[in-house]
Amino acid sequence: MKRNRLVNVLFLTPSVFAFVMIIIIPFFFGLYYSMTDWNGVSDNVAFVGFRNFRDLFSAPDFLYSFLITIAYTVINIVLVNVVSFLLSLIVTSKIKRRNFYRAGFFVPYLIGGIVLGYIWQFILNSIVVDFGASMSIDVLRVSFLSLPDTVIWAMSAVNTWQYAGYIMLIYVASIQSIPASLMEAASVDGASYPARVFHILIPMMANAFTISLFLTLTSSFKQFDMNLTLTNGGPATRFFEAPVKASQLLAMNIFNTATANRMAEAQAKAVVLFVALVVVSLVQVTVNKKKEVEM
Amino acid sequence: MTARKSLTRLRVNPGLVLLEVLTILLFIVFMFPFGMVILNSAKTSREIIFNAIALPSHWGQLLTNISLIFSNPTVDYVGAFIDSTVITVLSLVVIVLFSSMAAWVLVRSNKAWSTILFMVFVAAMVIPFQVLMYPLVRWMRVVGDFMHLRLLGTYHGIVFAYLGFGSPLSIFVFHGFIKNIPFELEEAATIDGCSKQCIFFKIVFPLLKPIIVTVLILNGIWIWNDYLLPLLVLGSNGAVQTIPIAVTAFAGAYLKQWDLILTSTLIAIIPVIILYLFAQRYIIKGMVEGSIK
Repeated sequence: MKRNRLVNVLFLTPSVFAFVMIIIIPFFFGLYYSMTDWNGVSDNVAFVGFRNFRDLFSAPDFLYSFLITIAYTVINIVLVNVVSFLLSLIVTSKIKRRNFYRAGFFVPYLIGGIVLGYIWQFILNSIVVDFGASMSIDVLRVSFLSLPDTVIWAMSAVNTWQYAGYIMLIYVASIQSIPASLMEAASVDGASYPARVFHILIPMMANAFTISLFLTLTSSFKQFDMNLTLTNGGPATRFFEAPVKASQLLAMNIFNTATANRMAEAQAKAVVLFVALVVVSLVQVTVNKKKEVEM
Repeated sequence: MTARKSLTRLRVNPGLVLLEVLTILLFIVFMFPFGMVILNSAKTSREIIFNAIALPSHWGQLLTNISLIFSNPTVDYVGAFIDSTVITVLSLVVIVLFSSMAAWVLVRSNKAWSTILFMVFVAAMVIPFQVLMYPLVRWMRVVGDFMHLRLLGTYHGIVFAYLGFGSPLSIFVFHGFIKNIPFELEEAATIDGCSKQCIFFKIVFPLLKPIIVTVLILNGIWIWNDYLLPLLVLGSNGAVQTIPIAVTAFAGAYLKQWDLILTSTLIAIIPVIILYLFAQRYIIKGMVEGSIK
């Protein structure tokens, strides 16, 4: 018995030790630093209370980043899930080579955000613009990445390209777990295809929607890699009379603040990101779970 | 009967044909960026500026560009590839081994402490990396100084960090799987005189094979493509570099030279695609199981 307890401890130690050292301790340090004047250079760190947080909510660049991150997340949730749901219907239909398509649509997810950011910067700044010029389509002549009004949409489109194939897999697994006889019976009863999708498929897939919405929500909220290499925050725009970067999402705002050695301020922003993420995802999961029961 | 069946099979369903055409178009749209990368990796800088959509005049330029990438003085791509491989493989080994061991103890202990510990692991998954990253770097420096063991800029430092970040999700996934392994198997082995560690390595671990694939793939895609953690722990021009860091360093040095930047992204993509071609079935299955649980 004593030996068994020793084995228990030995088996748990590596994971728990790494977890405590890498996540738990830095987490509490992080909460503490957000209430200090930490600048990353000096070793002396003084406690300043909630001053950093108070300052945040009067800083236009932070408020702007917060708002566009919410906008970006909402656009992504709709775009990614609509596209991936449609893709999942396609690859579970009776068309030829459906497994080939399923594998193909997933490929963008394998390419990291850093690499695909560069690729899409080239596509949007060169390919689309050149195409617009050669076809004399004026809308395309100016890159979507260079206008404050379109840059978020361009980023969402790229994000959809990256994530749709992954979310599609979740929907496919859900569709395949629904007994085929259910759809067939409805078909025999004369239900049209859209009616079958809306009245049978979607209600039966409620659980998959909860997961997919959660994944798109949290990944969009924390978006950094693709933001860095696609736009690096640009172009410049104005918000409440102050100059801000039009596509600087929250994670990049935190990164840039820390790069400027305003570590405590960056840490306070990160804590706000954390709290917002927890609140929003809790609301989303609760609402979705309630819907699951109703359906 | 058979005649009628073959007749219905011959009849073309117009809806299905339309769907098939639509799918092919959609597929082309999805693959278009990759096509453009290949196309423009085979051009000179001047050719791209002149016309980015045109076909390259000499496909041989692709090899020239690739050799330019490998011989450039700023970024060592071969080194970055080796470092990325070493870091990913070592991290995966420790994550799979230690997470499965921990998850098994947590499932089989079935006490208040094990439930609480499991809940702490699960709850930690909501903490965004941004809250941890700067305190973590400072903490790793302090601990490293204290133990006279450099953690920043080294293999063991970043692998240890990946073990910490990878543990919660991996323990969660293993936990769900081990719960469904019948306990009777382990009881029988105990009666046969197998010790506790022997039960895990001889009986339980071999049964975990399918879920290990899931854990490998979930963590593998993340670690291979991860940017911020290597940037902070290894530095942007340290001795140890990963592929994403090499690509950004390269793009930063060869600003707007799309011929070379695109070729460098192509070099970063190719190994992943090759691996995907071979392990496609496992990767898709692993992704689905990992996200549904």
